[in-house]
This record gives sequence, structure tokens and C-alpha cells, in this order.
Amino acid sequence: MKVDEFLYHEARLLDTGQLEAWLELFTDDATYWVPLEKEQRDPLETSSIIHDDRTLLELRVKQARHPRAHARQPLARTVHQVGNVMVLSEEDSEMRIASTLQLVEFRAEKQRVWGALVEHRLRRVGEGKAGSFRIAHKRVDLVNSEGELDGIAILF
Amino acid sequence: MLVQPDRVHRSVYADPAIFDLEMERVFGRAWLVLGHESQVRAPGDYFTTRMGREPVIVVRREDKEVGVLINRCAHRGSMVCAEGRGHAERFVCPYHGWSYDRGGVLQAVPFASGYDKGKLPAGLKAVPRVKTYRGFIFASLSAQGEDLETFLGHARASFDDFVDRAPGGELEVAGGVFKHAYNGNWKLMLENHLDGAHPAWVHASSVAVARAAPEPGKPGEEHYYDIAVRQMRQNGAPDAVWEAIGMWTTPHGHGYMGDYHSDDRLVAGMGSPVFEEYRKILAQKCGQKEADRILRVTLWNTIIYPNCSFMSQFRQLRIIHPIAVDRSVVHAYSFRMKNAPAQMFRDTVAFANVVNGTGSWVLTDDLEVYERLQRGLSSGAVDWVYVGRGHGRDVEEPNGVRRGATGTSEIFMRAQFAAWLRYLSQ
Repeated sequence: MKVDEFLYHEARLLDTGQLEAWLELFTDDATYWVPLEKEQRDPLETSSIIHDDRTLLELRVKQARHPRAHARQPLARTVHQVGNVMVLSEEDSEMRIASTLQLVEFRAEKQRVWGALVEHRLRRVGEGKAGSFRIAHKRVDLVNSEGELDGIAILF
Repeated sequence: MLVQPDRVHRSVYADPAIFDLEMERVFGRAWLVLGHESQVRAPGDYFTTRMGREPVIVVRREDKEVGVLINRCAHRGSMVCAEGRGHAERFVCPYHGWSYDRGGVLQAVPFASGYDKGKLPAGLKAVPRVKTYRGFIFASLSAQGEDLETFLGHARASFDDFVDRAPGGELEVAGGVFKHAYNGNWKLMLENHLDGAHPAWVHASSVAVARAAPEPGKPGEEHYYDIAVRQMRQNGAPDAVWEAIGMWTTPHGHGYMGDYHSDDRLVAGMGSPVFEEYRKILAQKCGQKEADRILRVTLWNTIIYPNCSFMSQFRQLRIIHPIAVDRSVVHAYSFRMKNAPAQMFRDTVAFANVVNGTGSWVLTDDLEVYERLQRGLSSGAVDWVYVGRGHGRDVEEPNGVRRGATGTSEIFMRAQFAAWLRYLSQ
């Protein structure tokens, strides 16, 4: 699988509500980060919209399935449009991939549009045609992260 | 009567004409919390915010006092200061270049020969009353009214707790500001933060996942989110725990919750070496006896009516900005205790992310409920909202303080509406 195909695959899992399969794309030591501030460097002493390790990410998916998750039942319908995919660096163990995300979200008579610069760190798994990737780190910088935002109950 | 002892009319949440009256009579008169002195340390430091619907600039003036100016050029009305924070020698209007000093006094006007000099306005309109209490900045749009200490009354104890817990009393706003919004009335947030009957329902999903989270780590093996997992689990405490907590109100509509989270449950009791270090630093700064007294205070959420909610133990403070009858914005701040171990601030940040953040597991369900409330309350088919839990059983304490018969009493809502009615009737 090529890098861009992998990112489309990831987006498709989110847009078709296959959150558990999406979670499987992440390595055990993965981090998923949606910073609060522009060019934020530190996730521990500055707040984040989401700052999850693999454990928290799994719990986030579990919450989405809970029958009394009021902001998530039903889940918003989304379209993740991934573009401008570029390889930033490539080493034996990991690749850094930049992309842009445009996302349309609809839930409870509210439609919202999101834009973000995204960076993935991907690790190869398998070889040849069966080869794919696992996500070791995903960072989503929303263009309006510092704005006054209604609650966020989707995954980017 | 819109406000009765155990019920209120739905129009107080849904009628735009009542909202306009609230902006004039409640937000136009009460002391409002604007922020903290650490946001404006040096002359020229400023930040913008709102007082009700008025855009304002909070600035450290040349004379070292904190000033609050209406962010509106005296000429044609443009906001002179873009939203945000920073440092300024002067505030210069982007439209025609009128400039104002740090006290808001008009300094220079281009094409000045076109005016009769005596007829130029003096400057930016200053908010008439500004005071600080232990570092927190308050202002009132009304020139007359009670002094700040009377207004705060016994709720001062919550600010005292906030500051006393910081070794040497040194606190600063840090770690970023969450700004969240919802399509609902401003009162809905203040009514939610002292409601001990809602977590089991609203937060059922985050309680469930927190119970499935890994056990908080032993010293040296902590997860960065342990503190937040503990809080989410605590939201699932048995009914008896909620009934037993303390719930107090003041005559100005403030309220606070106590005897709920002791440090033993959340930080100290975990045998945390970080907390032990903090305890030592606190005792070095103020003496062992005073340190022990400070740490025995178990206050939880405090509401300062009509625009602020804070958690002194977790150093979280939220300010609500009413935008319209059915739209509100909340800015949520974290505070760092300057002399405390760094890990304590990391705990504050993790707590903010998971509990109070825009994408958090807890707040998102509150916001969903506020929006459902607003949609339900906009229906004219049913008139009344019931606030009668515990009504008739409130306990009188000295200085106008009242205590709910149980921790889940809706006394805090009745107190808020009593204050509301007084503001509206004046």
C-alpha cells in the first residue's frame, strides 16, 4: 500500500464509523495529538484539545459506543478529505508524512467544516503488496484551534 | 411572577427581551470576574475580554493599577484593540489613527485642526469600578453599588483557598485557554456546576470508560492522565456520597460545594512523593500549622454569580460570556502555583484536557445537555422549570449563608434566581 492510499484508508474507516478498525491502525506506543495552540511544542504544560496515548484513544472509542454518551450517540456523520500528501522524511524505521484535512461534520442539525494541517509518523508493516503502515504519531493542527468552538466529539 | 420559590418560568432562558434586561441589570451592575493580575504584570500589558456584551481591554496602567476600558474608539466606534493579549505603548484605532494611552486618555488625533479642541472626547470610556481580590480582577459597569468584599461575602473563602494553596501565594494563568461555546443560555452553565444529581446521568459514559482505564500508577509509574481518570471515576460516586457533600449559597447568588473531594482521595492519599514535596514547600512558606489548616479546606466547585465558576483545588477557572439568549461562550483558564513541583501543573493541564476541554470526555456531554435544554425550553407548550429539590429544608447559617439540606439540593439554583430577581427588580 502506498502512503496516500493508507491515509485514504484511514479516513474511510473514520467516515464509515469503523472506529475499532481505525484504532488498530495505531501502534501500541502511539500518540494522537490535537494541539490547542498554534505551533504548540509541549503537550504536558500547555493544554490540548486531544492528547491521547494508545490507552486513552481506546477509551475514547469505547466512550463513543456507550449508550449514554450523549454527545456521541448518534455519532456525527463525517467526510474526511485528505489532500496535499507529502513525504517529509523517510528513514528505515519511520516516515514523516504531511497532509491537509478538510472535514465536514453533521450532527443534530449542525453542519461544521474543519481545516487542519496533519502530520503522521508511519511505520511499515509487512512487505510487498501485503505491506501497509501503522501510525506511531498523528498530529492535527486545526486552523481554528484557538477559536471559540462548540464541543468536539469527533475524531480527526 | 417569572420566579417563584420552587419554579421559574421558561422565558427566563428563552425570551430575547429578558436577555436584554439581564445584560443591562445583571451584567451591567454586578461585579464580574475578568481575570488575574498575572495576565497584566507590567505597565502596558493588556488582554481583551467581554463584560456581558461590552468588549473591554484590561490593562496595567502607568500608575501600576489595573484599568478596564471599553474597547470602542471615541471617534467612530471601532474596536481599537484586536482581540487577544499583548503589550502596548498606546492603543491606536485602525480606522483613523486616534490613539490612547494606557489609561485610555486620548493622545493624538490626525487632522486635529478640523476639530474645536475643547470638543474632542476625553478618551476611551473607562469602566467605573475595578478592584482586585487576592490577585483576581473584578470590575463593575455600574458606578454605584456594593463594594466587592460585600458582594463576595463568604464566597471569599473560595478565592482564599485558591491563593492559600499556592506556596507563597504566587499563582499565574498558564497552559492555554480553552474557549468553548454552546447554543444555550448563560445561566445553564452556572446551574450545572453545583448540581450533584447530574454526573451519574450526564457523565455516565465517561464514568464507565474511566472505570475501564488502567489503575492509577504507583509512585514512579504514574500515567500522565491519572488525575483525570480519578476525577471521572469520582463522578460515578454512589448517591450517598453526593447527598452527604456540603452545598452553600450566599445572598448574592454565589454557591460552593465542599466536603466532597478531599486531597486524600485525589492526590495526597496516593502516597504521591510530588504531593509530599508540595506539602513541605507550603509549610516552609507559611509554617506547618498554617499549611495543615490550608490543606484541611475541602472546597470544590464555586460559582461567583453571574459570570464565573472555579475549582480552587484544581486551579481551573471559567468565565462565561453571554452572546445571545441562546448562545454562550466560556473561557476556561488553568493556573500554575509558581513554587510548587512542576508535576502539579502537569496534573492541572491533564485535568483541564480530560474534564474541561473542548474535546474532552466530560465537558462535551454537558454541552450536549445545555443545547437540549435550550431546545426544550424554547417550546411554549410548557411553562415551568422545577427547582424544588430540597426546597423548604434549607438550613440558615450566619451571615446570610444557607446550606442545602443535602448535597443534591437545588438550593444553588434558588439562590441564583433570588439574586437574579433582585437585580432585575432594581
